[in-house]
Formats: sequence, structure tokens, C-alpha cells
Amino acid sequence: MSDDRLIIAGREFKSRLWVGTGKYKDFVETKKAIDTAGADVVTVAVRRVNITDRSKENLLDYLDPKKYTILPNTAGCYTVEDALRYARLARAAGISDLVKLEVIGDERTLFPDTAGLIEAAKILVKEGFIVLPYTNDDPVVAKKLVDIGCPAVMPLAAPIGSGLGIRNPYNLKIILEMVKVPVIVDAGVGTASDATLAMEYGADAVLMNTAIAGARDPIAMAEAMKYAVEAGRLAYKAGRIPRKLYATASSPIEGML
Amino acid sequence: MKIQVNGEGRTANAGVTVAELLRELDIRPDRVAVEVNTEVLNRQEFERRGLHEGDHVEIISFIGGGAGECGDLSIGRL
Repeated sequence: MSDDRLIIAGREFKSRLWVGTGKYKDFVETKKAIDTAGADVVTVAVRRVNITDRSKENLLDYLDPKKYTILPNTAGCYTVEDALRYARLARAAGISDLVKLEVIGDERTLFPDTAGLIEAAKILVKEGFIVLPYTNDDPVVAKKLVDIGCPAVMPLAAPIGSGLGIRNPYNLKIILEMVKVPVIVDAGVGTASDATLAMEYGADAVLMNTAIAGARDPIAMAEAMKYAVEAGRLAYKAGRIPRKLYATASSPIEGML
Repeated sequence: MKIQVNGEGRTANAGVTVAELLRELDIRPDRVAVEVNTEVLNRQEFERRGLHEGDHVEIISFIGGGAGECGDLSIGRL
């Protein structure tokens, strides 16, 4: 599928599986999982440097920013002000204007505060950021984010880390019809079939973290996810047959005794 | 003089620059972003930006994270 490239804001991505880098045992496992998944976009969080214990290794020692697109997120931000602050710090620390914008609205579900998200996205787009917003599976909000200038939208499949799979496939399908920018299904994937389904519906990519990092064997799951995303994409492009209630024989009647 | 670095009090020489502070802390400047009193600095400013009594300095970097609250955060939030 080398000719099937994903392009967002003029940037070309090889892999349609994007992965988060949290919750792994160590950086060695993180890198192995990313490489096995074949992901070229990895999300990272922005946090204080540990100034008392400098022996701690840096994630970027393991993930060469020349090889991977480092996508900083504003995870953990509950207000517009916090999200803006983290995004600006990420840009100052990083290599690009990309930000995965999260404004979280509720601690138990980690559902996005979509009003805050739209407000923060507006400001960051004006400041020249390439804003990839983590949003709810709400088609109207997705449309608004695109109208503001987000070059892609990232609707959730289910709450972050829940592993529930795509809770609202019909909304996802409507989003895919309504917006003309890439749609990256983000959060809630539990296993390979969830990722395949998202891709079969026509999603442009899938972003996941816990589904891989939390699996009994993260590296094996990374491999499963790689094939799952590829299979879903191929099936989407191939075009599935329509569902019918009754059988259609696939062997000819002619020539029967 | 006394300054705050990542939420902790610290004594520093008057007029110390951000770049000098990073060297003192053994932190590579190309991997971090620095905020002084909530103003985010360009990396080019590290050498010339002097710190003053009572300044609040935040030094941040990237850590492993997916979404939401990111797993084990040994280094705390801003």
C-alpha cells in the first residue's frame, strides 16, 4: 500500500496506525512496540523535567524525531488556558507546530469539553499551530473544528483506555461523510477488530495507546494492530458487498445432475 | 537570590541566565522548553535571558503519553 499515503496539512504519513507512548514498562518496550506497529506518528505528553533526579532517561533518546513524527498532546488539561499553555510549551520544546489538542471535560470519562476545545482550537490555529483535535463522536462539533481550520479531526471510539471499541458507528460514519479532512479515530480501541472496523468505515487512521501497552503481550498486540489497520484499509478500498437477508449461490446451477 | 524552579525553591546567583541554570541542572537545552513567569521563551533567548529574585521557572520536556491522564507521572503536572 505504498502509494496509499495519508496527507495532513501537506505532511505525508506512511502509517495509518498512530500510537501513544504511555503506560509501557520502559523505553525499550515503547520503541519495540512502535517499530513493530510500523507507526510513524507517536504521541507524547508535556510534563515538568525531573530536576532532582537527572539519571532518568529521555524518551527522545529512544525516538529519533527525524524518524518519527512526534505529536505532543495536551493530555490532562481541563481548561482552555491550560491547553494553550501546554501547546505553546510543546511547540517551544519540539520540532514542529503539530499539536494533538485535548481539553478534557470530565475526570471519570475523560470526555472532551467540546466548547473549550473549539475555543482553544480557534486560538491555536490563529497562532499557526497545526491543530489535531481530540473530539467527541459528534458530527456537528467535528464540522465546526474543520471550519475553524483544523486539518484533521480525531473523534473518539469510546472513552480513553476503556477498550470498548466503536460505541457509535453511525455517528462515526456521519462524521466521515460530513468532513472533507482526514478523520483519525482516537481512543477506546480494545482489540484488533475494533481498529479494522474503524478503517473499514473509512477512517483515515487510528490512534491508540492502552490497547497495545496494556495487552498481556504489547509487542504481539502491536503487530496485530498493524495488520488490523492494513486489512481494514484494504477492505475499505476494495469495497465490501452489500448486506442481504437471503442467500445468493456462489456456485453455478448450470451443469447440475 | 531565591527562585522557583519546577515548583521548588532554589538559590541562584543574581542575574543567572536560563542557559546557565540549565547547565547547572545538567539539562540539554535542545530537549526542553522553558517558561519564566508563564512566558514561554524561544530557545534563542536562553543565553541572554537573565533571571531575577522570585522568578518562577518551569522546565518541561516530553514524556510517554497517549491521552487523558498519562499513566505514572513521576514528574508531576505544571
